[in-house]
Amino acid sequence: MKHIEAIDVNAYYGDNHVLKSIDIAIKENTVTAFIGPSGCGKSTFLRTLNRMNDYIESFRLEGKILVEGNDIYKKKVNVEELRQKIGMVFQKPNPFPKSIFENVAYGLRIHGEKDKKKIEEVVEQSLVKAALWSEVKDQLKKSAFGLSGGQQQRLCIARTLAVEPSIILMDEPASALDPISTAKIEELINELKQNYTIIIVTHNMQQASRVSDRTAFFYMGELVEVGKTTDIFTNPSKKQTENYISGRFG
Amino acid sequence: MSNLEIELQALKENLLEMMGLVSQQIELCKESTISGDLKLAEQVIENEKRVNALELTMDKDCENILALHNPVATDLRFVLAVLKITGDLERIGDNAKNIATFLIKNSKKLDKDYLDKFSINKMYEISISMLSCLSESLKKDDAELARKTFKEDELLNKKNKNGPKIAAALIEEDPKQAKLIVRLLAVVNKLERVGDLAINIAEEVVFHVEAKVLKHNKDKS
Repeated sequence: MKHIEAIDVNAYYGDNHVLKSIDIAIKENTVTAFIGPSGCGKSTFLRTLNRMNDYIESFRLEGKILVEGNDIYKKKVNVEELRQKIGMVFQKPNPFPKSIFENVAYGLRIHGEKDKKKIEEVVEQSLVKAALWSEVKDQLKKSAFGLSGGQQQRLCIARTLAVEPSIILMDEPASALDPISTAKIEELINELKQNYTIIIVTHNMQQASRVSDRTAFFYMGELVEVGKTTDIFTNPSKKQTENYISGRFG
Repeated sequence: MSNLEIELQALKENLLEMMGLVSQQIELCKESTISGDLKLAEQVIENEKRVNALELTMDKDCENILALHNPVATDLRFVLAVLKITGDLERIGDNAKNIATFLIKNSKKLDKDYLDKFSINKMYEISISMLSCLSESLKKDDAELARKTFKEDELLNKKNKNGPKIAAALIEEDPKQAKLIVRLLAVVNKLERVGDLAINIAEEVVFHVEAKVLKHNKDKS
């Protein structure tokens, strides 16, 4: 089933045309990697999927982005609810200056959840899903800043999971992590896709090929090619894609 | 040029060297067969060590490229193709060595008439032509050139198929030469095998250039 669909999406920062006629359909419970050189539009496009670009005054979008068949740019859409459904994990782990427990509970609390037992249950489940529970279960009251970078990133994933999204957007989630922490995040992505639709922006070609089912290559605001990751990395149909993934670009 | 491109270029140069050497081995067998000059056959046996060494070097180079450079797409297909092509070339080298050994043991008894009946010189020429074509196809990344060898292989197959009938007739004419004739038939089989191995190489060239798998596929287009 199509979970996300972009139809003829064009985006602008002022006069700068940054996304050009993007058409893409993303199935549920899959991992899609967005790749491309810096400035190609992949992160901008990722951020259009939960309307993060709304914060940029000069930003303007044309076309349609459908999530579960509904246009997320319609006026009546509640953006807070949308972002609850479409969680986001950023390049640099960004825990709040709170305890490990409160970081995960934060989303529930701001959405009005007051049942202490329910909150405890969700925090535990989220930390388990984020493969962090066994490492932090005895130090839930300690500051999140005491965790390693890799643990902080998994905490941010747990925080995202706590509000029960169906889609998780990841913007270079492992670029600031060491290889062991990166492997844990990648393992986690593989497990999470059973229940979530995941889109990951990455500059790491090997990471894209390891974790994703499908890969989309962006260049200068255009979606050059999208296809099965095995096809993209063994026999891409466009020369531009081949040149980029084999490091011959430019 | 990226480090990967430098490594791939060196790998290709080694592959072309190995292909040239193996082709030269068949050529030496041919010359030795025609002239009866056994030094040429001995040279084939000596050169075989170099063929084997090149195979081992390239296996190691491929392993290093895969481990250190993570090639993808065309680059990956090239490395995978090289791994298989070197194995096929080494086996062509083995066939040349076996033919050379036959020549050393039987040269004096070889009758030109027998060679003509089995079309052995023609088979040598076809084998050499196939290897030369493959070398060019690799140099130019030209899959069409590689495909040309499929037709040539059919000629080798035909000659090999006629071999037992020819051998039977020759033995009937001169039963005393039965042992030599049977061994000569084995040379025919070896040259046909060279053609089969050349076809394997051609399929790998097509895989590298076009990402098409022709193996176990009767339709080679």
